[in-house]
Amino acid sequence: MTRQSNRLQSGGRIDRSKPLSFSFDGKTYQGYAGDTLASALVANGVRLVGRSFKYHRPRGILTAGIEEPNALVTMRGGARHEPNVAATKAELYDGLEAVSQNRWPSLKHDMMSVVGLFSKLFAAGFYYKTFMGPTRGAWMVYEHFIRKAAGMGDPTTVPDADTYEKAHGFCDLLVVGAGPAGLAAAITAGRRGLRVILVEDDAQLGGSLLEAGGDAGAGEWLQSALIELDALPNVRVMTRTCVFGAYDGMTFALIERVSDHLKEPAPFQPRQRYWRIRAERAILASGQIERPLVFGNNDLPGVMLAGAVRTYVNRHAALPGRKAVVFTNNDSAYATAADLRAAGADVSLVDVRSHISGDLRERMNRSGVELHLGCAVGRANGGRQVASVDIVPFDPARPARAAIRTRLTCDLLAVSGGWTPTLHLMGQRGAKPVYDEASAALVANTIPEGFDIAGGAAGEDGLKASVAGGVRAGEAAAKACGQDGQGAQGRPLADGLADAPEVTPITPVWQIPHPLNTRARKKFVDLQHDVGAEDLELAQREGYVSVEHTKRYTTLGMANDQGKTSNLNALGIMAGLRGQPIAEVGTTTFRPPYRPVSIGVLTGPETGLHFKPSRRSPMHDWHEAQGADFTTTGLWLRPWYFPNPGETRAEAYIREAAHVRRAVGMVDVSSLGKIDVQGPDAAEFLNRVYVNGFKKLPVGKARYGVMLRPDGIVMDDGTTSRISQDHYFMTTTTGGAGKVMSHLEFLLQTAWPDLRVHVTSVTSQWAGMAIAGPRSREVLEGVISDIDLSDEGTPFMGVRHGHAGDLPVRVLRISFSGERAYEVYTPAGYGMALWQRLLEQGKSCDMCVYGVEALGALRIEKGHVAGGELEGRTTLADMGLGRMASTKKPFIGGALAQREGMIDPDRPQLVGLELANGAGTLRAGAILCDPAARYTRAIARGGSIPEPVAPNPADKGFTPGNGSGHMGHGIGFVSSVTWSPELNRNIALGYVSGGMARKGEQIDAVFPMYDELTAVRVTSPHFVDPEGERLHG
Amino acid sequence: MLRIACPYCGERDYIEFLYAGDAAREMPALSDTDIDRWTDFVFFRDDPKGEHAEYWQHQHGCRQWLKVIRDTVTHRVISVTPAIEAGLQADEDKVEVA
Ligand SMILES: [Zn+2]
Repeated sequence: MTRQSNRLQSGGRIDRSKPLSFSFDGKTYQGYAGDTLASALVANGVRLVGRSFKYHRPRGILTAGIEEPNALVTMRGGARHEPNVAATKAELYDGLEAVSQNRWPSLKHDMMSVVGLFSKLFAAGFYYKTFMGPTRGAWMVYEHFIRKAAGMGDPTTVPDADTYEKAHGFCDLLVVGAGPAGLAAAITAGRRGLRVILVEDDAQLGGSLLEAGGDAGAGEWLQSALIELDALPNVRVMTRTCVFGAYDGMTFALIERVSDHLKEPAPFQPRQRYWRIRAERAILASGQIERPLVFGNNDLPGVMLAGAVRTYVNRHAALPGRKAVVFTNNDSAYATAADLRAAGADVSLVDVRSHISGDLRERMNRSGVELHLGCAVGRANGGRQVASVDIVPFDPARPARAAIRTRLTCDLLAVSGGWTPTLHLMGQRGAKPVYDEASAALVANTIPEGFDIAGGAAGEDGLKASVAGGVRAGEAAAKACGQDGQGAQGRPLADGLADAPEVTPITPVWQIPHPLNTRARKKFVDLQHDVGAEDLELAQREGYVSVEHTKRYTTLGMANDQGKTSNLNALGIMAGLRGQPIAEVGTTTFRPPYRPVSIGVLTGPETGLHFKPSRRSPMHDWHEAQGADFTTTGLWLRPWYFPNPGETRAEAYIREAAHVRRAVGMVDVSSLGKIDVQGPDAAEFLNRVYVNGFKKLPVGKARYGVMLRPDGIVMDDGTTSRISQDHYFMTTTTGGAGKVMSHLEFLLQTAWPDLRVHVTSVTSQWAGMAIAGPRSREVLEGVISDIDLSDEGTPFMGVRHGHAGDLPVRVLRISFSGERAYEVYTPAGYGMALWQRLLEQGKSCDMCVYGVEALGALRIEKGHVAGGELEGRTTLADMGLGRMASTKKPFIGGALAQREGMIDPDRPQLVGLELANGAGTLRAGAILCDPAARYTRAIARGGSIPEPVAPNPADKGFTPGNGSGHMGHGIGFVSSVTWSPELNRNIALGYVSGGMARKGEQIDAVFPMYDELTAVRVTSPHFVDPEGERLHG
Repeated sequence: MLRIACPYCGERDYIEFLYAGDAAREMPALSDTDIDRWTDFVFFRDDPKGEHAEYWQHQHGCRQWLKVIRDTVTHRVISVTPAIEAGLQADEDKVEVA
């Protein structure tokens, strides 16, 4: 444990009674409650916190906020490991563990920084020049090296130990930022009765007031503001929360860091919460971000933004240096100089301006700050941290190289290049800020509807102006929401605040030339991506002139700090190179997120089982109790197979399928889509949506139907029963139900509003079970008393209504398996009762229960199409069902099904497939190829002739080296495979160009992922009982 | 994040709706076998800058198909009408022309 060498004895907003212990790169330090990791490192005199992205240069803490480009660390460990955390935003907690990034083998001795060739390797456009065009193969050579060298910290592969939540919020007014302007706006609107949400990224409210030090009135104002805010029940305050995105309809996306300031979340608390907030109005009181100055070696540790220095001194009582140089082009850094002096540091101040106000000069003299006016820091010097600066005379109107006038030794260089209003959220809504000559900053040009800005974001300077701005914006928001302020009470918020002192205008300076007679040192613009002024020059020289091109060519502003400290400096340098005003150079586009957002919080609780809803059949609990393994179809959980003890999946489904053909089996088909179609025009409607006719279907009969999409491709299939004259009961595939329902509604509501038809989804209203096999009638007869189940009473495709005891049932004599079979439907609430009765009866009929894998095996044996075949590319003819299409009536999809490509005789058509030599593996998804085409296309394309594969390709797989000899899409594909218990061999369905004309031919099935080439034979898709005799068995 | 004022259910977040594109297109008569006209209906869409008529179905609400006029630049929803009303109106117009 070490003494906090740079901690001030008194002052600051830290709690000295709560010491906290933390470690950085394995070394233990002490800090206090109220510290950030960065302020605690400052207090402990730690300068070097990371290595830079490309050149591995030593880097220190630059800022005290979200804009930090350097001090990114990896925090926590194991399942909570998190890279790229800005130390400036990480609140200190006891036991915090952080390690630096981008160094190898250690922070102090980084091998990569020694390698001079890196400069050349990483010049602007390096990626473009090397990895695109003729030399793109170089990536293979360099990748490993670059990945090791250039990184931003490593991710973890361990599942996240924390949970995340999502929440929705609604308000009249969203105030972003709780500095003086935001507080004033929220209080003003709150007094007028608006529902206000005030969001602050920091743990504490106050914004710039927290770092104001001894400024007159600041502390008192903040205290009374907080008291009033607390008393307003209609103002919700959210701290540790960042608004990272602004979207359509005044929707805002926020991350609330619920537990980031703790070692681990409290029980039942999430790590973070993702908020979506809908607001009527929004006020951006998001303040400003300070810009660095660009000069040689400006990236040395010890170079810090002047405002950040003030934060560390005043808020955290941590002194970043004892011998300081302040380098500025504006008045704001003078406060830093004064505060550093007050904290006991030696201070020299360098200002590019020759004239400052008498008041400022007087204050500096009084504090004992040495002034160098009309000068600049030509370069900083030092190894691992700044040790001295070289001062040159400087005329901002005519920047030129000049001889070094003097050298100042220092351990801290505080810089200020001016301040840029934080307008990202408005920018995301398309309101690009524009350059304002007077303030030398990008300021708001247009304000999007519903938005307002106040305080620093609006260019308002000083406490009094900011408060007044907030009050004005709060009043305007209240008025826009219909509150005129009648009855609002409270003291005038700006009362008693001092006027801002006289300000000498900023003199913009975008880069300082190298001093005469010195070697050029790197001048960094984007510290996080290691982009220097010379990279911008190179990009301009090479023609990447526009902002968006320069940005991509140099990667400036593309790191996770999104160029918050670098964008305007880059624009200024580009304008100088082009000899144009900055306003004409343009700005880049703002996009969400404003700060990095973890994927975990966007996902929220929707992981694993909660990723999507699960639909369960009424008999689900029974399946589960029987030890069924489940599979998903769409949202449905369906029993896949019911294994006996010790049985594998294959053993189970093969047993089940064989049992059905031998005796009888029962399967849960409740997940099938069910749609009630009712109305006088129901028959006409079905006639239009199905390819086959439905008008003549008699009451009490079912018919298999296929419907096409409007483009002529098969959409779905199923049976539709005519329950009564105007009432049909349609079933769809499990996966297709939603799509079909929406399709039918679309047609009825947009194309044919005149048809008197209603469609209603009744999928969840009915439980369905299919009883299939030679003994199926026997099972049903034992349960159903009032339906004549004889072939005369209930013929094939017959539909009957009756009862199983007291349970109402709808019986459809239809078959998917090819056996005699019945589908029995009962209202969902009776499902389990009916299932139990059928099971009971089944005991005496040797009935088994089977799952969807056996169902699949049975239908493949019959050549019935299902999901694998109805895959969105097949026509009716491809499926061998061309003759189903009615020629007597038009139907949806009929016209476009006649397109040239749709009726091409070479289209792949449904066939059966089996292993030609009894060896190899049939796999769904395998590409079917013509053996005669092997090698020929590869050779035609200029490829060399590969080494021949093993004489019998089925015996031995091909290797990536010699290839399968096939290229392209082949002549078809395998769609479904199974082991056929009936035939005792592997069989498959697939699509092959030429279709049944190839019956008996041997072709190649290629599966590149497993390096397989398998010889298969084309057969009829009807493997079992092609004549359909068993339907009546 | 759009909000759509469903004429039946009230204002709802867009995530309750299914987007189904251009609502200016008109389905040819079913008896029309002209491939070009069907191709136009199925595949070709205008991509206007500004006002765009488009179909949305309130899938997680009343399931009604809606004709929404939306500005593609500002994403402002200008009007929402039930598609069935728009369709019946169009039918009446046709009758009048005939
Ligand atoms: Zn609705």
